[in-house]
Amino acid sequence: MNPVKKDQAAGNRRLRFPKHIREEWYGRVYAYFCVTLLIVTIVSIVWFIASKGLNPFLSGAVSVPELLFGRTWSPESEPPLFGALPFLAGSISVSLLAAVLAAPFGFCAAVFMTQIAPKVGRRFLQPAIELLAGIPSVVYGFVGLSVIVPFLRNNFTGQGFGILAGTLVLSVMILPTITSIATDALSNLQAGLKEGSFALGATRWQTIYRLILPTTFPSLLTGVVLGISRAFGEALAVQMVIGNAPHVPRSLLESAATLTSIITLEMGNTVGGSLHNNVLWSLALILLIMTFLFVFTVRMLERRAGR
Amino acid sequence: MKTAAKAAATNAFSARSGSNRLKDKIFSLVVWGVSLVIVAIILGLLALILERGATHLSWDFITGLPSEIEEGGGIGPSLFNSFYMMILSLIVSIPFGMAAGIYLAEFAPDNKFIAFVRICVEGLASVPSLIFGLFGIALFVEMMGLGLTIIGGAVSLAFLNLPVLTRVTEEAIRAVSQEIKQASFSLGATHLQTIRKALIPSAISGIVTGISLVAGRAFGESAVIILTAGVTTSGVMWDFNLLSPGETLAVHLWYVQSEAIVPDAQLISQKAAAVLLIVVLAINFLFRIPLWVRERKLR
Repeated sequence: MNPVKKDQAAGNRRLRFPKHIREEWYGRVYAYFCVTLLIVTIVSIVWFIASKGLNPFLSGAVSVPELLFGRTWSPESEPPLFGALPFLAGSISVSLLAAVLAAPFGFCAAVFMTQIAPKVGRRFLQPAIELLAGIPSVVYGFVGLSVIVPFLRNNFTGQGFGILAGTLVLSVMILPTITSIATDALSNLQAGLKEGSFALGATRWQTIYRLILPTTFPSLLTGVVLGISRAFGEALAVQMVIGNAPHVPRSLLESAATLTSIITLEMGNTVGGSLHNNVLWSLALILLIMTFLFVFTVRMLERRAGR
Repeated sequence: MKTAAKAAATNAFSARSGSNRLKDKIFSLVVWGVSLVIVAIILGLLALILERGATHLSWDFITGLPSEIEEGGGIGPSLFNSFYMMILSLIVSIPFGMAAGIYLAEFAPDNKFIAFVRICVEGLASVPSLIFGLFGIALFVEMMGLGLTIIGGAVSLAFLNLPVLTRVTEEAIRAVSQEIKQASFSLGATHLQTIRKALIPSAISGIVTGISLVAGRAFGESAVIILTAGVTTSGVMWDFNLLSPGETLAVHLWYVQSEAIVPDAQLISQKAAAVLLIVVLAINFLFRIPLWVRERKLR
């Protein structure tokens, strides 16, 4: 091919596919690649955790009911016992109690910011609560350890470590989640609803209690579920204040343990591939399944809220 | 129903002075009270951390090497690792996360597959950080045999950041008014040109806020780092080696509190907590300064 013709061919190609069109293609391909990366990430997370976590069950070393309902966790004994009920009980009670404690505060803050004093709320309360969301979780754990635990120790029975300390720390941590979703829900209220209620002579309290809270209830619940989900997955802040004793707690002040705390504590001290290590992956699998259940619940609630 | 009937029976305007009005007053007071309590708790928390720690801070502590047994250890290498890993994780996650967000906002067709992608992103965003740490172990420690390294920790952090960045970018791009987009198209711009020259600049405020959020989270993250980068540093300052162990400041705080045997553990952790808090607040603040400047210019 002579050089002139070759140039022409290249020129034609350039005319047909000028620079900006080619860039558009590259951009598209790159964007597709990134979306694929997201899917690959989640699939491989599920695959890694499931393949290792199912190992103890498939090899017959531990059965599912044994793990879920066993009350004793002693991996070193002979034969080793892997009962995860203490951790399940700890995780569930800590996160539910934290949500129960934080929800009223979150709702009040949201009502304050949207209905009562929007100017003051947006100026002071909102930045303060956003700030709370930015504080690292170990700092919460540290404050819990150096303030809440000694306080509980001096004023109640026991060592101070336990469900109550974990609940208090977590409730502050999930307050921003609950508040921001409740605020969004309340400020996206259908126009005219509130005015209609006021026009009928209702007071502010009646309007909020009888009209606004029932209307936005699914969205408020979404925030609470997200808060529970965050509390359930939180590792170090809880681990620092809960005491890490693997037994089913009988009181709020008795030291306990959670799924996340036992995984962080023991994962580094076990040999990869050993039964003990694999059972920790099974606990992680339970954590992952719970997370997906929370996501599913949130989607259901959002669908209801959208209607 | 009952109250309405009663109100109608006595006086049409009784709501103005009756028990309803009292309840309304009480309710307002309660909400004000609770809000004040929240602000008080937050301010108290900040004051507590800063007052206990920041008053004792010294340059020696911030840049000094940690000690295992003796008193007076610093946090230099951990603090450096925190910044190093935060920056690495942002470099890895921003290009991917933003592109995926732009794709979902602009190109994605409305079909079952994209719905599945959205569920994936949402699921990934709510997966606890501990699970990302375990993923990092499976990938870098066991599959690649690297051991506990800075690069392993940084990439695991990047995975943690990815879904958040995607969601934030998608929301920010969607919030740009359609008129800007259509004006750009009508001038003959391609879709990519529109995104680069019109959509991203208009959405930059939301995107930068999201990045500052993610950066702060990466800086303070601990569970991922403990599992993938370990609880030790290489022991020297300015260690850029990607394969050395990478304990960060947040991990150091946890380690000193729970496992270390130094006699001044309480003091070290108070100061470390104060430094963590100050840096996280500064990150949030610094990222927004360019936005304020820009807003002022546009006004």
